[in-house]
Amino acid sequence: MRSLIDFIYKYHYFILFILLECLSVFLVIQYNNYQHSSFINSSNNVSGNVYNSLYGVTQYFELKAKNDELVNKLVSYHNQNKKAYKSNNVTLSELYDSIYIQQFEHVEANVINNSVNKQNNYLTLNRGLKHGVSKGMAVVSQYGVVGIVKDVSENYASVISILNQNLKISAMVKKNNYFGTLQWEGGSYQYTTLYDLPNHISLQKGDTIITSGYSAVFPKGELLGIVNKVQQRDGGEFLYVQVKFTEDFKKLTNVFVVKNLLKDEQIALERSSLND
Amino acid sequence: MIKVLPRNIFRFVFLVLLQVMVLNNIQFSGYINPYMYVLFILLLPFETPKWLVLVLSFILGLSVDMFCDTLGIHASASVFMAFLRPFVLRAISPRDGFETGTYPRVSFYGVVWFLKYSLLLVFSHHLFLFVIEVFKFDNLHLILWRTALSTIFTVFLIIISQFVMFRK
Repeated sequence: MRSLIDFIYKYHYFILFILLECLSVFLVIQYNNYQHSSFINSSNNVSGNVYNSLYGVTQYFELKAKNDELVNKLVSYHNQNKKAYKSNNVTLSELYDSIYIQQFEHVEANVINNSVNKQNNYLTLNRGLKHGVSKGMAVVSQYGVVGIVKDVSENYASVISILNQNLKISAMVKKNNYFGTLQWEGGSYQYTTLYDLPNHISLQKGDTIITSGYSAVFPKGELLGIVNKVQQRDGGEFLYVQVKFTEDFKKLTNVFVVKNLLKDEQIALERSSLND
Repeated sequence: MIKVLPRNIFRFVFLVLLQVMVLNNIQFSGYINPYMYVLFILLLPFETPKWLVLVLSFILGLSVDMFCDTLGIHASASVFMAFLRPFVLRAISPRDGFETGTYPRVSFYGVVWFLKYSLLLVFSHHLFLFVIEVFKFDNLHLILWRTALSTIFTVFLIIISQFVMFRK
């Protein structure tokens, strides 16, 4: 007996280690077998309270996402509502007059998916092939240009938003007709940049920027934005122009898809002269 | 001596909360996770009875387990680390031993010593932890990879904390 006590005393450290280790491993195995059967888990009082108060803080970071989620949910309920079902008959107003030929046709559409916070944003419309929408058409709204149709399915169209770094739009200063290229730099969804305007022209904050109509996609004179900031680039020949969108892309709902009936003709002509 | 107890209790609570509230949310590429709570075991005074270190580590690991829903895993790894601590301390002790009145900290024994000390113990802790977490030895190189990366991360945080908390 005495030697046993001596033994335990001598090796108490090692024995305690083995005991605690066995206990831990026992807990692991036991816990894995009977999930949550023990009281030492994250749902008990102590850890539950800690996590709860932590959530009290972190939930504020998620408020925006939660809000968006709620709005999305709301939209989906609205879409289930009877009012959401529209007739597929789209009336196109046509003018019959021999001195006018119609160049642009408008199809109204609703934005059913939209983003503004990515580096390359896209949106989805509830109009497709069935309603006369096809690839390459312009999308505009009451307050400005929205984008260009990228893909169409039977009932839906996917649109490259103007808030997409891959989209360049030929733009023009309304008061003096100088033209440049409008391209989004990423970042804020309220501002875009107008490139290629020469240094010598007079441009002030508040000047209106419109589409030039050169590209055969957009009609001439569609609103793009208002000049917000003009900077002379040191040593450069071109101005740096920051343009504020007139459209608020965060709350975009109703848009028009614009079909240029003479687009093919213009492109064919331009291509043939390029080949020369 | 009287100040040691409350300081360690505070450190215990602080490190467990830091671990479960902040560090457990840091997960680089899915599996690199720092486990800085072991700093508590590293910083226990030299004179602490060895059995007490074991028991304290067990409680420490169990507290972290409670929050992570991984009952026993952190406890066993912490106990293993505490078990190794005296051997590591003996192996890297200065020639004339540790002076009384000093603590295992950068400010007493220098960065290199502390780096050696924490690297050895943190690595053993993490290795044990990741092995017991998967509970089998296949995919050993993934375990070693996770251990190595997490060890570097943890030791980095520990060294930084030393300079932030115990400035001379």
